[in-house]
Order: sequence, then structure tokens, then C-alpha cells
Amino acid sequence: MTLKREEIADKLAAVGYVADHDIATALWLMGLLKRPLLLEGEAGVGKTEVGKALAAVHGTELIRLQCYEGLDQNAALYEWNYQRQLLAIKARESIGENADTIEEHIFSEKFLLERPLLAAIRRDRPPVLLIDEVDRADEEFEAFLLELLSDFQVSIPELGTIKATAIPCVVLTSNGTRELSDALRRRCLYHYIDFPDVDREAKIILTRVPGIDATLASQIARMVAAVRKEDLRKVPGVAETLDWAATLFGLEMHDLRQESEALYETMICLLKTQEDRARVTRELSERLLGKVA
Amino acid sequence: MTGNLQEVSRPHADLGVDPRLRKDQRSESLSAPARRRLAGFGRTLRNNGFRIGLAETRDALTILTSPAAIQPALIRPALRALFCATHSDWDRFNEIFDAFWLGRNMRQRQVLSGTASAPHSPARRLVEAHVPQEALGLPDHAERRSDSNAEMPADGRGRREGASRTESLTATDLRHIVDPDDIAATHALASRLARIMRVRLVRREQIRRRGRRLDLRHTIHRNISHGGTLLDLAWRRRKIKPLRLVVLLDASGSMNLYTAFFVRFLHGVVDAFREAEAFVFHTRLAHVSPSLRDRDVTRAVEKLSLMAQGIGGGTRIGESLATFNRWHARRVINSRTAVMIVSDGYDTGEPSKLGEEMRRLRRRCKRIIWLNPLIGWRDYSPQARGMQAALPYVDLFAPAHNLASLAALEPYLVRIL
Repeated sequence: MTLKREEIADKLAAVGYVADHDIATALWLMGLLKRPLLLEGEAGVGKTEVGKALAAVHGTELIRLQCYEGLDQNAALYEWNYQRQLLAIKARESIGENADTIEEHIFSEKFLLERPLLAAIRRDRPPVLLIDEVDRADEEFEAFLLELLSDFQVSIPELGTIKATAIPCVVLTSNGTRELSDALRRRCLYHYIDFPDVDREAKIILTRVPGIDATLASQIARMVAAVRKEDLRKVPGVAETLDWAATLFGLEMHDLRQESEALYETMICLLKTQEDRARVTRELSERLLGKVA
Repeated sequence: MTGNLQEVSRPHADLGVDPRLRKDQRSESLSAPARRRLAGFGRTLRNNGFRIGLAETRDALTILTSPAAIQPALIRPALRALFCATHSDWDRFNEIFDAFWLGRNMRQRQVLSGTASAPHSPARRLVEAHVPQEALGLPDHAERRSDSNAEMPADGRGRREGASRTESLTATDLRHIVDPDDIAATHALASRLARIMRVRLVRREQIRRRGRRLDLRHTIHRNISHGGTLLDLAWRRRKIKPLRLVVLLDASGSMNLYTAFFVRFLHGVVDAFREAEAFVFHTRLAHVSPSLRDRDVTRAVEKLSLMAQGIGGGTRIGESLATFNRWHARRVINSRTAVMIVSDGYDTGEPSKLGEEMRRLRRRCKRIIWLNPLIGWRDYSPQARGMQAALPYVDLFAPAHNLASLAALEPYLVRIL
């Protein structure tokens, strides 16, 4: 599982993730120090993508846990299959089994529903566990997570303790809707993902929109960088850039200056609120275009 | 960079090393001075508010003695990933790293190690990540941005008019603030009130959110003894989350006489609510919860009163709200947050700006309460243009010129929250 840093960097490039320099180091450290990695950054900078890319790098399964407010152990760890349990109770009762045997039967692995966290520690090969938007879950869940991440074992009252067969690579992402506890932060390596610079973004466009013109890609990257500098409510992320690039590519544009009309109209790919749309007027978009193209 | 760091990882085999490290092919360890230096780096970071424990230092040793550490270029990002825990750490790390290892920016380094952030109690605090350092303390960005907006309208309805009216009326209703004993009594009252408010608000949530779902797990468990016949049902109700309160206190000249009183109220609120944040603004916005968390009430209030002593200038409610929306709102506001603005609404900035910012704020939070000390005044109607612009976004607009009026507020709060 422990790869060298250069190997990770190479493989990241091979799976199509255009990484900034330091992220490869962070991923390498995860292997070396066996710590989870906490990724923070604006929405849309590709935090989730890191988890996916890491799974591809190691060639393992990606298990994803999307956090939300009210997420509890039942949804994250395990759950009993109650319907089957009820059926089994009735069925066994009718053939006259005694209560103890029934109990033993219905609380066996057969009736256990694996949820992401349990699944992640019961694989033969260590998977990548992506805990997405951990800040959306509540403090209690965070505390529970902390325990799981340090012991990698789970106790199920009816079954006993389940120890990890393989320690997963854990990537957590956070958007900052709630502040995470110091304990969780300390437990993790940290990496802050910024919006990519123009070169990197152009590279991302080239990788993700195959066939696109290199000049157009770099124009798009520069244009998006300029738009991001405006005072917007929702700053366009990398995904938006890619949508836009794909749109322009689909319109068979080769140069942004070519059709400023189409450019302005397709900017709905970047500007996702009415307010932002109103702010980036035709004139402004042309002025930005003049600066970047 | 290269020179220093290679020195750090120069082999000195005679020293005791973490046994895990012996497995490394190079089987190197760090020299004692190098380790001391690393510990010193850890200390410097700690002084700068990084939270670093023994485990981190040990892992740093692992990194430095790993075969990959031959590349000096790797060490900085590796230590950065290890030692940083928040975005502000992340932003400051390189500077501290350079200052410590490369001796760059020596002057700055002294400054850096002097700014030890006071330890906070994490349970109470909404930690200040995601807000650039400069936005946390006093300085904020309102001023810089105000350059573009015209200085202030010279139109007659300024703050001064409000201030003079205020002065004549406050002399009567808040004069008890002057006597130290009364000050203490006021504070006690305010904090008790805040506590009552909190309890009421929480209970209110409880009654309303009676999501009664069947809990199958417990139901089945309980009914095993009945042979699986579900006789005894277990129910779930939604967990009650306490409300979060954010108070924005206007400390401008026109509010002068009320400020002292509300500062006490603020302290009570921050003390009583599990999740509360307080801000003070006049021409600028300052985040004051940390100072309010001082256990010593008098000292906290004094500290804050000093901060709140407005710089006589106008009130830029709009600008201050803009700062709040931009730098703080994301961190301190969630869907269960009530925002309480205490201000007389005399704004020297553009009313349209205030309206715009109020609209943004409205979208983020659950409720906006605007307490206006002037309402206590008999013939008051919200004429100030700023107030006019803000009113459409306010859920509760109420008087707050003395404790009685605050106490009278409670039932309303319960109703709207």
C-alpha cells in the first residue's frame, strides 16, 4: 500500500487527476504515517475527486460516506435487516424453535446490513474510505468517527467486536459549514485545496475534455480565473469550468474572441445564481475577455 | 533551504531512535541538535497557535528519517500537511517555516512568535477557521472597500441628529448603569435573562419537533421475549439542537449610552448560550466573543467597553454587515441561527447597501431580530433611511431601552424562533 511519492504523482497523472504539487506529498504521508487526510477548500475545487483518484492510484475500491445532518450510526455503520428478522422469527416460531435459538439466529451476520464504515474495515484489500462533507454531520457523529479512526474496530452489541481486516485509507472532506473539533483535526493530515492556477486549470480542461484546443483551454482557464476575481456569491469551481469548456467545445469554438455573444450566453455554466448573472453583464464579460484573450 | 535541511537529516547513528525507524533501509536517525531544532520548530508553531502534540512531533521524525527525505523539497509540504490543522494554519505555515529554518524575515519571525493565541475552550467556541487571520481581530475589510463608495451622504438625516435625541432620552431610562453595584445587578439580570431565553427557546424546539418515528432496532430488541410479536414499541423523536444566537451590537456614537448596558447583556448571552457569537460594530466590525469568554466578568466587560468605545464617527451598518456576511457569516451562521442586531438604525452609509446586505443575511439565517433602543421612545417611528431599508428583512422589530423591555421580548422570541 505504501507507494513512493513519485509513484503517487505519476499514477495521479495517469488516472487523469491533475494534482497540485503538494497533494502527492500529502497522499504519500497518508501511507507513511497511517493517518487520515482532511481536505478543505471552497466548493468545487475537486476535494471529492482526490478520494476517487486515490482509489484509482491504489487500484482499490472506493467506499463513500456522504455525511448529512442527522447522520447516525445506523446509516453510517451497520443496521439489522429488520424485515428479514421479523420474517425469520415468525418462520422459526412456527416450526417450534425456542426463543434462544431464534435470537441467536436473527442476530447473525446474515441479517447484518453493512453500511460504509463497516464495509470499509471488512474488506480483504484496504479500500479508500471517502468521508464526504464531514462538517455536515453533527458533533456526536464526529466523536464516534474519531474513535473508529483510531481503533479501527467496531463493537456491535449483539455480535461482538469486529476488528478491521484491512486499515482503509481515509480521506475526509469539509466545506466549513460547521467547525470541526480540534481532536479530529489533530488526528488528520491537512491539505487545503485552492482553486487551481491558470496553467493547472488549462491542463485539467485538456485532460477532461479530450479533443479541445490547447489555446481555447488556456483562454477558458484565464477567463474563469478573471470571473473568480469578481465579487460573486457562488464562485465557479472546476466542475463549472469543465462544463463550460465542454459547452464551448460542443459549439465548435476555437477562440473565445470569435463569438462573444455565444460566450456570454454560455456563461450560465459558470454563474449559478441570478444575482451573479446580473453582476456579470455583457459589458463586463467583454471587458474580462479583452483582458484575458 | 537545501543546506539547512540536509543538516537536519544528517545521520548520527549513536543516538537512540524510535524503534520503528530502525526498519528503514537507511537506518538513519537525527542528531540530537537536529531533534532539538525540530522540537524548537514545534514550539514555535505552538506559540503561533498551531495545535501540535507529541504524536505530531514523532511523526515529523518519521518523515525526516524516511528515505524519501533526501529530497529537501519534500520536507516543507510534508511537514505542512502534518502540522497544519486549519486553513489559517495552512496560510501561515510557509512564513513560519522560512523564518525558522531559513532565517528569512527575521523581524517578522519575532512578531510571529509573539502573537500566541490564547487557549480557548473548544466546546463553547465556533472556531475561526476559514476566516483569514486579519478578519478575526479588529481590523477588517470594510474600510478598504469603502473607498469605492462615496464617503457618506451629506444629507441632513445623519447620525448626529439621532445622537442628540438619544442623549436626552437615555439620561432617564438607563442612569442606574453609573453606580458600580447597579452595574453588577444589571449584569446578573442580563445573564439570567439570557439563560431563561435559552431554556425557553430550546424547549420550544422540543415541543414542535415531535418527529415520532418507530425505532425498529429497539422495538425488535425489546420484543424478543414476546417471541417476536411486537407488543412494546420503541419510538424515536428528533434530537433537539440548541439554537445558536449571533448578536451584532452597534457601538457608535448615537448608541453611546446604551452600549455599556448591552455589552453586559452580550456577556450574559455569550455566557449562557452554548453557541453564541458576539460582534460589535461602528464604522468597522469586530468579533468580540473571545474577549467575552473571559471568566472574569468585570474584566471582560471592561475590555469590550474599550473596544466598543466608538470612534465618534458615523455608523456604517451596511459596511459592517457586509464584512460580517463576507468573513464571518459562513462560520457562525447555520440554519438554526438567530441573528440579533442591536442598533438605532442611524446609518451614515448608503441605505441601499444596508438593504442589500440585510437581504443576504436574511437568506442565511433563521430569524433576524432587530432591537432598537429608540422604539422605547414614545413618538418614535423608524424614519431613519437605513432603518427603512432594513425593515423588510426583519422578523421582529422591538424596543430595548431597558431590562424590562428586554424581558418583555421573550414571548415574542419564543413565538418567532
